[in-house]
Amino acid sequence: MKKNFLKNSIVQSILTSLICIVLGMIIGFIVLLFINPAGAAEAIISVAKNFLTYNSANMQLKYLGNTLVKTAPLLMCALSVLFSYKVGLFNIGAAGQYVVGACACLYAALAWKWSWLPCMLLAVLAGAVFGAISGILKSYFNVNEVISGIMLNWIGLYSTNMILSNVKEAASPYTYQLTAAGEQALLPTLGLGALFNKNQYVGLALPLSVLMAVLIWAILAKTKFGYELKATGFNKNAAKYSGMAEKRNIILTLVIGGALAGLGGSLLYQTGYEQWQCTHSSLPAMGFNGIAAAFLGGLNPIGTIFSSFFIQHITAGGAYVDKTMYCSQISDLISAIIVYLCGFVGFFKYAMNSRIEKSEAKAAAKEMGKEAAAENKKGGKE
Amino acid sequence: MEQPYAIEMLNITKRFPGIVANDNITIQLKKGEIHALLGENGAGKSTLMSVLFGLYQPEEGKIRKDGKDVKIENPNDANDLGIGMVHQHFKLVECFSVLDNIILGVEPNKLGFLNKAEARKKVTELSEKYGLHINPDALIEDITVGMQQRTEILKMLYRDNEILIFDEPTAVLTPQEITELMQIMKNLAAEGKSILFISHKLGEIMSVADRCSVLRKGKYIGTVNIADTSAEELSAMMVGRNVNFHVHKEEAKPGKVVLDVQNLTVASNLHKNDAVKNVSFKVREGEIVCVAGIDGNGQTELVYALTGLEAAAGGRIELLGQDITNLSIRKRNDMGISHIPEDRHKHGLVLDYSLEDNMILKRYYEPEFSGKFGIMNKANIRKYAERLIEQYDVRSGQGAATTARSMSGGNQQKAIIAREIDKNPELLIAVQPTRGLDVGAIEYIHKQLVAQRDAGKAVLLVSLELDEVMDVPDRILVMHQGEIVGEFDPKNVTQEELGLYMAGAKKDKVEA
Repeated sequence: MKKNFLKNSIVQSILTSLICIVLGMIIGFIVLLFINPAGAAEAIISVAKNFLTYNSANMQLKYLGNTLVKTAPLLMCALSVLFSYKVGLFNIGAAGQYVVGACACLYAALAWKWSWLPCMLLAVLAGAVFGAISGILKSYFNVNEVISGIMLNWIGLYSTNMILSNVKEAASPYTYQLTAAGEQALLPTLGLGALFNKNQYVGLALPLSVLMAVLIWAILAKTKFGYELKATGFNKNAAKYSGMAEKRNIILTLVIGGALAGLGGSLLYQTGYEQWQCTHSSLPAMGFNGIAAAFLGGLNPIGTIFSSFFIQHITAGGAYVDKTMYCSQISDLISAIIVYLCGFVGFFKYAMNSRIEKSEAKAAAKEMGKEAAAENKKGGKE
Repeated sequence: MEQPYAIEMLNITKRFPGIVANDNITIQLKKGEIHALLGENGAGKSTLMSVLFGLYQPEEGKIRKDGKDVKIENPNDANDLGIGMVHQHFKLVECFSVLDNIILGVEPNKLGFLNKAEARKKVTELSEKYGLHINPDALIEDITVGMQQRTEILKMLYRDNEILIFDEPTAVLTPQEITELMQIMKNLAAEGKSILFISHKLGEIMSVADRCSVLRKGKYIGTVNIADTSAEELSAMMVGRNVNFHVHKEEAKPGKVVLDVQNLTVASNLHKNDAVKNVSFKVREGEIVCVAGIDGNGQTELVYALTGLEAAAGGRIELLGQDITNLSIRKRNDMGISHIPEDRHKHGLVLDYSLEDNMILKRYYEPEFSGKFGIMNKANIRKYAERLIEQYDVRSGQGAATTARSMSGGNQQKAIIAREIDKNPELLIAVQPTRGLDVGAIEYIHKQLVAQRDAGKAVLLVSLELDEVMDVPDRILVMHQGEIVGEFDPKNVTQEELGLYMAGAKKDKVEA
């Protein structure tokens, strides 16, 4: 029997991700049609175009750079979600771990004037501690990591607002600009900015996040540790039976997940691209978009690199929707719809597989029916 | 004219990729009869029932009710036709009462408000009519397995089902409960219900059924009147030859004590009491000791405590003279305990892992398989898995790379056995190692157990199958309600005698 190429899991992942993207675009378009049919086509195109809206190549490069600056932290959040998911844990706490990571590095940079590396390490540590709390609650008290993660998200957010209020500008709710008050903590640019029309925000974060994705892939695919974690994720009873320390593995997983998200916070705020707004009353979308990016990337660390870029591309593209025709929330709404649909990758994969299985079973039954008939004929002749 | 059959399945053929599960099978169930469906595991009984319930559509054949063709496309259709089933594993809500479970799905209501009084009346009437003696207000988690089964029966009666299917109903019951169930089934048939009784236990079929249809490897062998047949004839029909289940083995030569269990107590996860109470016994090298008993009498918890899956509440476990009571599972493994678990899907395998990754499940951390920086050595893993596959004749679609989930039950079990035996253990604990397997695989596994014994290993077998209990071990310990109530030499005891101990009717004082 010829092998159905749709059964190849890589082909499947890519295909289902594309289906999700297209569907998201279509639904987004329909929503725009309802609100104001006149500008719908133009609006959805500008979302998809993002930095390509600009005519000059230089401007395009610069804004591509901006998208990339925010892709790095998103990738870290996606890796955090993905890594935990492989062990059967849903790390919705990535959003909060990201926030406390941002808090740690900004405070260290602005209040203590630490240089960039210690700031970054402190951010990693902060995220890891938040992950550890969820992990310990999960493995010793059987508290669902989603519940503790959501609670910790809010604790993280308001603690951050409180702590960073000590280093904020007097006249605004924003923290001091890193370029002015904490230059020593800016991530090295490695000369990468020059590639993006002197975009000073592009730097170490980008290659570092890609490196982390490769590292996570290697850990999961190649190491004893990854073997244990995946076994625990697939079947924790069998993991226990074979003598793996499943409690330790759960904690360790969330610690690593937290560390990745915490690093994400550092990779955005230590570029100086954004200042923390101490009046935030909702969590930055970064952590939650990480969930969509992880699924859109087919739960593969390498796929996640591309899906993170795409989601950031759409999110940034939302800003270019014509605000004279639509209210200002429209950009978030449209990108949210597309991102939301991106979470459906698993569903489409399932649907595709069950279709393939059905048609194969039918074909096999037919084949066997023929054989049986042929044999009956033979038997009749004898 | 002959009275039409209650239900007929005519010339049913159902194929799956690579296998014909039902090959031209015909079963005709008369009104008011108890019709047994006999066949080994894998003979196609479950597939046939799934066809009857509309879970599968057959490629050929038709189903008739009262002489009229019917189409069953899903379980709801079967339900509408009055077909009901007591599954082997009950489908009850543990924290609901008997009554609530019975009306679940067909709740009598007025404008959405439950009307339980009416339901209670009907349930009580039915219970009295058929002698079920059940308390509608008891919670499922508080009542015995036998009572839970009666709840399932009442569920069918409450829905006015005319055709009742019992799928291996006696597997979980004590001999007394079995006798009662047989009486209930006879009462039901006398009231005009038609019963299809799926079983592979010949004694029960001989005592309760009117007719018996036999399946073997997906093929229909024949239907016989019970009055005109014998257990021997049925057995020959079922397996296709006169089977000698006897395991050939030399006299055991027990050596030094390998496992020494002293006053072991294990708390129950399900109930607020102890599952294993103050149990003491020894297993020596070169002998097979079998823990026999009816399911749910503490065997599972005993094994969990021995292997470390659950903590002991009291007592002491020694392996080769060393106290292992509080050691981790990993340490026990490394000290030489191998464990063929009761549930191969829950504990024994990571179903989404490949066969080779499952083969190293207990050795992946050894230097042969994970080298520097914890990088796994895929080449060595492949080599090792292929040796085991070859040596233990584990068959699968794509060799070492096959996903464990896609393998047959027998080969999954062989893979586990290969992994556990190849560890060269001091003590092999095998829990129901032949459950759900065909005769060939059973023979193979019994041989492996005896081979381990002859190699001077200690083997602890836990089994629910009386034939296995009588045949494989050198010593039998009977467990009842968490205690060891008797110790026997299989050569000097009858199945009936064992049955009395298993049911708790007799009890000895057993010294370890």
